[in-house]
Amino acid sequence: MTEKTILVSLEVNGKPVSARVPARTTLVDFLRDELRLTGTHVGCEHGTCGACTVMLDGEPIRSCLVFAVQLEGQRITTVEGLTKPDGSLSILQDSFAEAHAQQCGYCTPGMLISAQSLLNNNPQPSDDEIRVAISSNLCRCTGYQQIVNAVGMAAERMAKE
Amino acid sequence: MKAAPFEYVRAESLDHACQMLVQHGDEAKLIAGGQSLVPMLAMRLLAPAWLVDIHGLSELQQIAIAEDQLVIGAAVRQCVADADPRLNSAVPLLSRALHWVGHAATRNRGTVGGSLAHADPSAELALSAALLEATLTLRSERGSRQVAAGDFLIGPMMTCLEADECLLEVRFPIWQEARTGSAFEEISARHGDFAIVSAAAQVGVDQTGRCTRAALAIGGAGPSALAFNDLARRLVGTRLEDGLLRDLAQQVAAKVEPTSDLQASAAYRHHLAGVLAERALLGAKRDAGLSS
Repeated sequence: MTEKTILVSLEVNGKPVSARVPARTTLVDFLRDELRLTGTHVGCEHGTCGACTVMLDGEPIRSCLVFAVQLEGQRITTVEGLTKPDGSLSILQDSFAEAHAQQCGYCTPGMLISAQSLLNNNPQPSDDEIRVAISSNLCRCTGYQQIVNAVGMAAERMAKE
Repeated sequence: MKAAPFEYVRAESLDHACQMLVQHGDEAKLIAGGQSLVPMLAMRLLAPAWLVDIHGLSELQQIAIAEDQLVIGAAVRQCVADADPRLNSAVPLLSRALHWVGHAATRNRGTVGGSLAHADPSAELALSAALLEATLTLRSERGSRQVAAGDFLIGPMMTCLEADECLLEVRFPIWQEARTGSAFEEISARHGDFAIVSAAAQVGVDQTGRCTRAALAIGGAGPSALAFNDLARRLVGTRLEDGLLRDLAQQVAAKVEPTSDLQASAAYRHHLAGVLAERALLGAKRDAGLSS
């Protein structure tokens, strides 16, 4: 017996998208499996690791802790949506590369979303504020110092632009 | 780590949600922010046939001050409550507690009522409700009833909600003492994770610095958040001398019934209960303008 599906329509990275999925499809599975937006990573699938963090109306949420069907008509931003319109890296993404803020890269999309949400609300964060903002994202390789440095570097570079 | 199949329905009104609960009984679960429920579904600790989504219901989104109570609708998101200036002015303890609830990414979805209905023994909002002796309003097709937080929270992940009932709102008393101070203390592996133990205290003092009201509660050290307001009442009439606060903290630490788990032993939790209760009482005293 095939599972019943529901039509879900969202705005993802500025574009209207829709797909028929079972009600139990989480947002992260919707993004990755239906839209092939595989930049958002799946980690723990119960809200602890932060790898799947995306923006809902500009604020960070866990995409593994919400079913796509709950967000009908709402606006999602994934890591793919952070790049400049020409597809090149954003200042924050480039700062992550410059500061060596990733190693295996698994946590990186969630880190970028949490950090970008912070910078959108607070363009000049202190190191403590940066640490609070990424406190819900686990990294198992770099230690967090380079990530904090990268966010600070991005804030400085954005202020000059 | 995927939820079992379920049927989804977005409730159009509170009445509609209650009708769904009558129709499907134990087979239906309400979902609001889902920050506690979705992990349980993913781990298949729960597999309801129906999910009834109440997240968008305007009837559950109100924050209001009604006489000497702060009323928070069940589906008010934690980030919305946190940003509301009435919380900090009317019941500052709630602002302090919310600071410890999950992370920004979970507070952006998680609701005040959802946390209470989930009834995790380490939850900060349940602790606040027990401490302040909040009143919860439950609604079903049979009508409404009000229950005290202490009667609502009956055990780990257990409340007195019947299968056909929906949590409508929670009412936190606004203390009218000359000066009120509060504090919230917690130890967790990482800020925002589940509390290993938490403690909250609130004291009222008169113009001369004499205690007129006191409350103390401990989380994470028993089957649900435990209020020790009967014991705390002994502080009324005193000047909240540090030695009295330490004695009370030690009495409370002897009364909690923590269990051991991967994070901490029962003995460590007993110890923490005393340490954090004392810190919370001292913090509340300072917040009320008294020096140690």
